[in-house]
Amino acid sequence: MSAIHIENLVKSYEKGKVKALKSISLDIEEGELFGLIGPDGSGKTTLFRILTTLILPDSGNATLMGLDVVEDFWEIRKIVGYMPGRFSLYQDLSIEENLNFFATVFNTTVAENYHLIEDIYVQIEPFKKRRAGKLSGGMKQKLALCCALIHEPKVLLLDEPTTGVDPVSRKEFWDMLGRLKEKGITVVVSTPYMDEASRCDRIALMQDGQIMEMDSLKNILQKHPQHLYAVRSKDMHRLLFDLRNFEGMKSAFAFGDEHHAVLGKGSDDPNQLFDFLQLKGHEQLAIRPISPEIEDVFIQLMQAQES
Amino acid sequence: MRNIKFLLQKEFRQIFRNTAILRLILAMPIIQLILIPLAADYEVKNINIAVVDNDHSGYSRRLTEKMKASGYFKLTDYSESYRKAEAAIGRSETDIILTIPRGFERDLIREQNTELQLAADAVNGIKAGLGAVYAQQIIVSFNQEIRAEWTNGLSLKQKVPVTISSALWYNAEVNYYLFMVPGILVILVTMVGSFLAALNIVSEKEIGTMEQINVSPLKKHEFILGKLIPFWVLGMTSITIGMFVAYLIYGILPIGSFLVIYTYAALYLLAVLGIGLLVSTFADNQQQATLFAFFMMMIFILMSGLYTPVDSMPEWAQWVARFNPPAYFIRLIRAVYIKGSGFEDLGPEFLITAAFAVVFNALAIFNYNKRG
Repeated sequence: MSAIHIENLVKSYEKGKVKALKSISLDIEEGELFGLIGPDGSGKTTLFRILTTLILPDSGNATLMGLDVVEDFWEIRKIVGYMPGRFSLYQDLSIEENLNFFATVFNTTVAENYHLIEDIYVQIEPFKKRRAGKLSGGMKQKLALCCALIHEPKVLLLDEPTTGVDPVSRKEFWDMLGRLKEKGITVVVSTPYMDEASRCDRIALMQDGQIMEMDSLKNILQKHPQHLYAVRSKDMHRLLFDLRNFEGMKSAFAFGDEHHAVLGKGSDDPNQLFDFLQLKGHEQLAIRPISPEIEDVFIQLMQAQES
Repeated sequence: MRNIKFLLQKEFRQIFRNTAILRLILAMPIIQLILIPLAADYEVKNINIAVVDNDHSGYSRRLTEKMKASGYFKLTDYSESYRKAEAAIGRSETDIILTIPRGFERDLIREQNTELQLAADAVNGIKAGLGAVYAQQIIVSFNQEIRAEWTNGLSLKQKVPVTISSALWYNAEVNYYLFMVPGILVILVTMVGSFLAALNIVSEKEIGTMEQINVSPLKKHEFILGKLIPFWVLGMTSITIGMFVAYLIYGILPIGSFLVIYTYAALYLLAVLGIGLLVSTFADNQQQATLFAFFMMMIFILMSGLYTPVDSMPEWAQWVARFNPPAYFIRLIRAVYIKGSGFEDLGPEFLITAAFAVVFNALAIFNYNKRG
């Protein structure tokens, strides 16, 4: 049985003017660490809010552990742990008091489920008398995770937990999620960071309220092979323009301090491209083949969707 | 039950940590009770009067002296020129002009009849109205005085066949504070009960903890009770402080029983907490809630009969006042303080307030139930 089953879920805001989710279907297995990856406004938070029973879908249905999000919402609230994108604990209560409060709200005690949060809690325990509002970003994140875990949820939904967190804390956070997965908890994480895809068992690439692709990272990369080249020259601005004028160029976009160029089938000879660019008068030209990453695939899929 | 106990513990902890709110709850009744009755005093003193004396007789001077001696008026000008006095009104130096005509004394003695003119600057309506009334009273008493002198006080009664003697009941000395202070207490309790509660709930929305609670199996009634009870307690505390301050500063104690006041306050707080709850269901942030509270407080205060009697409002406004909870509490607390009314006299107030409590809370719960 899938832990989360979603079928043709549709949700729009402002009387249908803003379509947040355009018929989404997806299945997440029990004990899976699943990533929802997509830019801001792609519908990740709306999906979470439906799954946590905070809002009702317009149509379609969704179940968590076999429980319907509309019909069985009281039961769902007992088995779901939710960490919203914005830090939303009581700023004027201490770490300890927040944790106790949420334990009580879920009819349990901290002692009962301490084994679940121990790894994380020990890191913030020295500050347990400190008010939540006075904690650093990373500590707030850990406290919020503890609070979401304290009732031993079967499904953990984390909405952009690593946004605005420093790289070291981000890495730590994903390590923690890995350990939770080992304990059998189904974890769904949304993130705008493509590089976090490698930490998930499977990912769904979301854009504009739709899922463009869903599989493991490896399979997605295999499914979308690209003749991808990293190109540099002295005049990067003109280079991008010229790249786009090259016949057989599928797409070209700035990527860090290089440009990524995707060549179409049949015209994937980098030497031809090199000659073409040299004719255009580019100096210090360098072209090297690279293997595509998730971000390249995302951009490709996005462009395909737009055209 | 365990949940509610825990919610209350959390709520009180937060309230006691929020020193700004705590200070406000303690200081508000004290400061308001000291300041507002003084500011809202209707007795007008220091009315500037200009006397235009065209007669310069013994009587005209005597009338002027009488005006000065009354304590209400301050003589700013004593001249022969009406035009000069009028110009002083234009400069806001004078509020009232009393014009004494030429031959005032002569006409009064010979023909027993003369005329005086009073002109008041009605830019400040209350000052003009009251000033004119005071001046008339003084003129009437001056009139009686001189007539009594002529007849050696004998024929006064014969000349005035009907005498009206008025008696003020319950508040014989027209103690202004006795009337005002309990009313202000009501406004205080209303603010604590409705708007502090509304702001508190809206702030949970703002910081997102509301959402965290909504995804938990916590029942709606538990959450709502967890919010209502602390502010109910705060409201009862603030009325207690208020009554104590009223006694300490103004020496005011109810003639009736505290039990009536507390029983009613307990019920009344449920009604205003319902209003607060309702506000919190449609305000998304504290700014909206505050602005709405401000607007509502104006209506609550002005339509409650605190300053102006409801009976003198136009018919439609009286209907609005009928749906204004503070109007009932003000009527009740004044009745208990001043007349000593008991439960048996105040049935309607209790019933209507109970209805308010049911309606507002039901509306709030209905509104809160909706899931986007």
